[in-house]
Amino acid sequence: MILELDDVRVTLGGSQILQGVSFPVAPTGVTALLGRNGVGKTTTVKAILGLVPRTGTIRFHGEGLHRLRTHEIVRRGIGYAPEDRGVFAKLTVTENLALAERRGAQHAYDLVYELFPELKTRGAQPAGTLSGGQQQMVAIGRTLLNDNRLLVIDEPTKGLAPKVVTEVAEVLERAAERVPMLLVEQNLALVKRLAGDGVVLAAGQVVHRGPVSELLADAELTRELLGVGQARGVGQTLGVGRTLGVGQTVGVGQTRRERSDTSSHPAPSRGTTDPRSIVKDRQPPKEVSAPESTRSDAP
Amino acid sequence: MSTLTLLALTGLGLGALYFLIASGLSLIFGLMDVLNFAHGAFLTAGAYAAWWADGHLPFYLAVAFGVAVGAAIAAVVETALIRGLYARPREQILVTVGLGLAIPALIQGVWGADARTVTPPKALAGTVGLLGARVPTDRFVLLAAALAVFAGLKVFLAKTRYGLVVRAGVEDRAMVTALGIDVRKAFTLVFAIGGALAGLAGALGGVYFGSVSPGQGTSLLIFAFVVVVIGGLGSTDGVALAAIAVGLIQQFTNYYAASGLGDLAVVVMLALVLLVRGNPVLDRVAASVGAAVKSSVGRAA
Repeated sequence: MILELDDVRVTLGGSQILQGVSFPVAPTGVTALLGRNGVGKTTTVKAILGLVPRTGTIRFHGEGLHRLRTHEIVRRGIGYAPEDRGVFAKLTVTENLALAERRGAQHAYDLVYELFPELKTRGAQPAGTLSGGQQQMVAIGRTLLNDNRLLVIDEPTKGLAPKVVTEVAEVLERAAERVPMLLVEQNLALVKRLAGDGVVLAAGQVVHRGPVSELLADAELTRELLGVGQARGVGQTLGVGRTLGVGQTVGVGQTRRERSDTSSHPAPSRGTTDPRSIVKDRQPPKEVSAPESTRSDAP
Repeated sequence: MSTLTLLALTGLGLGALYFLIASGLSLIFGLMDVLNFAHGAFLTAGAYAAWWADGHLPFYLAVAFGVAVGAAIAAVVETALIRGLYARPREQILVTVGLGLAIPALIQGVWGADARTVTPPKALAGTVGLLGARVPTDRFVLLAAALAVFAGLKVFLAKTRYGLVVRAGVEDRAMVTALGIDVRKAFTLVFAIGGALAGLAGALGGVYFGSVSPGQGTSLLIFAFVVVVIGGLGSTDGVALAAIAVGLIQQFTNYYAASGLGDLAVVVMLALVLLVRGNPVLDRVAASVGAAVKSSVGRAA
């Protein structure tokens, strides 16, 4: 395995965000990190990069990362595009890319400009004046500039127009052919298209692991774990009683038990066994509509 | 006319001095969120170093020695004391305020509390005739030094890799490290540059004021903070303009209103700027101090 997390815990501001997260990232293809809002996906990514204080073991190509500082971790060959894109607004596009250049390495400007011709034509433009999609291209471009061994991409399509989502998806697909990727994404159509393995978090713990195709093929499991289903706006269309029924009757065996353990934890639980919170947690507009709108675009 | 010329050039000289202090302060706070209350002490150390060396070396080498001492003290302070405290604003403030008191006290212990006279070299002791006024030569030296520093900082920030890292770090420090850059090196460099500029301000300030004293740096620091707040963080242009404005207003008010009112005029100017424009710098300073207070309250609880 290229990256392995074992019992990773993160406490921020007194609350335990990650409560012992363990999973491997496959040495090829895309591993998707899934889950509802606020379950700790971004925190997991930040823990890998050393951007938040964490305990537990994280191994990259067998080397423990816990004693390394963020820049040392990144220099081991990890390209990171954060959730908010991390673009330097006052710097030009060219400067944003130049900042990512690592010493003593080849820089794949040809590849980046081939994938994103706009970054070349807009090179002198301050990155803050770019559209959200263009900023995302800068963020992904920076990860492709160096010869990385793993890409960590956090919600690349968040807040983007459907057409741009398709463009980003194509780039990610091409990138994934070259280098393994850990992808945080709520757009299930995109996940289905790109990812092999999937890891689902709930309340700071891993509640499901396995091939994404199997997970997404099971509509009820998808709905239960991710809060979104094949039907648009489940939370809106189903009554509380109906949703409650789903939560009670779905038989997911081990996954189910793990989740019960989670909910017994004193830390703020996302209430995986409390049907009311399942309903409450459902935030249909953004998450549910995005996959719907792109499903037609993505083959 | 001759009075106006003299006042303007004296004010510009003072502004140049403020710029030398404030540009370092602004870079340090912009990049590292460290309110460096020890910056005035760096200046005093540079001033005394140049004053001491002036007895042994040619004047320009004495100034260079003052610059080197300022840079060295700043670099040592950053690596030994500040580095471990980046996430702890309260301790940062305590350390820099402590240094701001300890270094002048140490200097006072060695050389006494009285001001020591600085004897400028002959080339700087005279005056230059300009528009009917006899303007002391040292004003022009200060202005030339400030212009050179201004140009140098612009080139450093715009053209060098470290300058790029500093500009990016002012925006988002964590993201800089997430691109594989050891931002601590930039921290030490920026601190050392700030210390060097403070040392330069101290050495040339000694000539401007005609003497050095232990409290000199601290009293200049207050106006440098005002310049930073008006001028903006990490904005060399803004700091330069604000420094000129503060220097001129102070000088003209002292002459035309009443001696001493210049300081008050600067405070009024600061208040007006804040009222009209609001202030992101002050918001960030407030956030930084707020975090310090919060952390101390949190620990007390």
